[in-house]
Amino acid sequence: MRKVFPLAVSVLAFACAGSGEALADGTLTVYTYESFTADWGPGPAIEKAFEEQCRCDLKFASVADGVALLNRVKLEGKDTDADLVLGLDTNLIADAKITGLFVPHGMSLDNLTIPGGWHDDTFVPYDYGYFAVVYDTDTVKNPPRSLEELINGDATTKIVIQDPRTSTPGLGLLLWMKHVYGDGATFAWEKLAKRVLTVTPGWSEAYGLFTSGEAQMVFSYTTSPAYHMIAENNDRYQAASFREGHYIQIELVAKTVKGESNPLASEFLEFTMTAQFQDIIPETNWMYPAAPTSTPLNSAFDKLVEPASTLLFDSEEVALNREFWVDEWLKVMSK
Amino acid sequence: MVKGNEQIVLSRRRLDSRIIAGVCATAAVAALVGGAFAGLAASALGDLSGAYDAFDLYLFRVARFSLLQAGLSTLLAIAPAIFVARAIAQYPSFPGRSALLQLFAVPLALPAIVVALGVLALYGRAGLITALPGFDDPRSWSGIYGMRGILIAHVFFNMPLAVRLLLHALATVPGDHWRLSAQLGMSGWTVFRLIEWPAFRAALPGVAGLVFMLCITSFAIVLILGGGPRATTLEVAIYQSLRFDFDPARAIALTSVQIALTTASVMLLSRIGTPAHNHIHSIDQGHRYNRPGHADATLGVLLVGSATIFVAAPMAATVISGFHADFARLLGEPAVWRATATSLAFAAASAVLCTALSMGFVSARWSASRSGRPALSRTAWIFDAGASLVLVVPPIVIGAGWFILAGTAARISLLAPLLVIAVNAVMAMPFAIRALRPAHDTSASRHDRLCAQLAITGLNRFRLIDWPVMRQVLATAFVFAMALSLGDLGVIALFGSDSVQTLPYLILSRMGSYRTADAAGLALVLGAVCFLMMTLSGWIGQRESR
Repeated sequence: MRKVFPLAVSVLAFACAGSGEALADGTLTVYTYESFTADWGPGPAIEKAFEEQCRCDLKFASVADGVALLNRVKLEGKDTDADLVLGLDTNLIADAKITGLFVPHGMSLDNLTIPGGWHDDTFVPYDYGYFAVVYDTDTVKNPPRSLEELINGDATTKIVIQDPRTSTPGLGLLLWMKHVYGDGATFAWEKLAKRVLTVTPGWSEAYGLFTSGEAQMVFSYTTSPAYHMIAENNDRYQAASFREGHYIQIELVAKTVKGESNPLASEFLEFTMTAQFQDIIPETNWMYPAAPTSTPLNSAFDKLVEPASTLLFDSEEVALNREFWVDEWLKVMSK
Repeated sequence: MVKGNEQIVLSRRRLDSRIIAGVCATAAVAALVGGAFAGLAASALGDLSGAYDAFDLYLFRVARFSLLQAGLSTLLAIAPAIFVARAIAQYPSFPGRSALLQLFAVPLALPAIVVALGVLALYGRAGLITALPGFDDPRSWSGIYGMRGILIAHVFFNMPLAVRLLLHALATVPGDHWRLSAQLGMSGWTVFRLIEWPAFRAALPGVAGLVFMLCITSFAIVLILGGGPRATTLEVAIYQSLRFDFDPARAIALTSVQIALTTASVMLLSRIGTPAHNHIHSIDQGHRYNRPGHADATLGVLLVGSATIFVAAPMAATVISGFHADFARLLGEPAVWRATATSLAFAAASAVLCTALSMGFVSARWSASRSGRPALSRTAWIFDAGASLVLVVPPIVIGAGWFILAGTAARISLLAPLLVIAVNAVMAMPFAIRALRPAHDTSASRHDRLCAQLAITGLNRFRLIDWPVMRQVLATAFVFAMALSLGDLGVIALFGSDSVQTLPYLILSRMGSYRTADAAGLALVLGAVCFLMMTLSGWIGQRESR
């Protein structure tokens, strides 16, 4: 759920995080994004659980979203207060590694339940989700069953998408299309453009337009319907399952050079893999747990779309091509 | 003879202290903006390629679109505003008049996404408009996305603002003029041509410039209602250069283009209009002696009525969707109260700073333009339109620059609230200046000589002479600045985090976590607070005029 605050710019969201306190004995500072630490997010419960275990003080410092987090880390460099950075995703870690700020986790990741597996010596996944087209069952009787059907469908059934220049789900759709269509992506975007009602700066605006009835479809996550089913007892909004497979977003946590000298940092990394941590994730962050939970997920999660296959670009490849692919997208969409 | 000399010396000293105030205000603003640029420049030095790469065909298209939408929006906001302001001014005491004016102050304080949803609730694909006859199939209505949507939203934001500012301009028309026009039995058209239009004309370049600047920097509205990248403004390009790319060189280059284009446009606007006259008369909320003719009156009622509907309807939609929220729970949440308190405290601090800076600019402009020294007179421009240009510096640029300067998180957390207050104060300044200037200039032209003769200076002069005359407009400027800061998200979005959360920030954060009903409820709270503040200022104003 890094979608929060699209608008929320960011470089600076920095501000109050960190609060600058010197690391006292038994303090662990974790930089993360805002919706993680919000009252309804996973932060408060995780803080309580970890503090009981470690008898220490866990401090979250939050910025707008994952992109803001990366910018903060880039700017602070080795002066950072963070022992851990939680909330970057696979598209951002190539840039993050260049900073030299992150150190290997040195732990076994055998426990992970990430589809497609995960191998990285630095970043540890703590949850994941799939991008998906969410539609309104009241107005869409025949939802698209593939990207192909989406781009060729009835132009009066509209979708709201996000701008890849300003939003991570927007970038997700761009990568999904690129993964499926490769060099033909431009042509595919030309077709999809006819169905696009508007392109918003961030996820919030898009989802707001969708739930207010402006558009019949929105670009979001397969887990979005779980929120409506569990929190609102409403199954009107559903995600469409696409034959080509779904693009995955994996959220990650890593230890910084500063955290290397703090034993609590490693303890927290191990903690993210425990059922205690993972139990909290699904119904607060509305994402899938990255490791086993102690009890099965709420039955609403069983009703969600299960992707036929998982699509993901290597993070180096994204870092290398993002600018070029966004330009390509711009050319089509600004026609 | 000796006395005479003394008088000149006194008056000269008086003038100088005003200019010093203006110089201080300019220095403060320049430090805020300049500091940010220095920070960005320092970090851009490593890699200047972004600055060169910025100038491509894409930039040209973006700049062209920015200018086009801002120009059209300004035209469509200002033209009706002239006639609506005129009609409202004709009836100084119709029932609901002050409520109407308070209503007109609310749009500017609303976050863009709230306005976008409000506007769409009417004209959107699921909007009320689809219930009208002729909309057999709502699905075939493609909505107002595109230039139409941008223009509707910008007119919603700016037409009421222009009406309020133009009413201020009309209020500078001396009471004698109205009396005389009634005695001479002037027709409505003659009154417009000879009395009202000159007053409008003096104010128009400033008002239009302000609206133009607000529209050219518009970002979320343009993207959402514009339908996507076709409708990209320079502000989006700047935002992107700092967000994903973190390319300070490019951000500086783009910001410079934005400033240059806007400066050129605003200067062009000021050439079209006549420069403001130095009104030598009292501000008289105007008893009107002549009643408008039948046709004129009908037209006035129609105009004001449709303007009110145009402004009130999207707000009503906001209110209606706000009522779906669970207020009992929302108002029980400490986070909501904290955010409201933070918003009010920040807004009040910004408003104090803003009013003080604006007074500095206004009085310096007056002194500089009357100094009789050509070199100094030319600087009057800086204190006038120059001060407003700060509006086109995107808050993200100021924020990013200062963040780089601050370096460590510890210093940033100290700096953040101050920066939020300072940036909001500066962004509200152009509005405050416009509210203060006519009253200040009128008071100065009346009292300067007297004060010089009686040697009333400094604090005494402020207490005895300026304060009684300026109290009301100072309150107006203060409350206006406060309302603007309340709704500001641009700066807050940069700095907001667990410890600095304001209402607009909370609205977006709820929207970003599926809590749309909460967001609608909070938007209603924000709107209500703004409305109450405007009511308060109206009440202060009325108490004063008794």
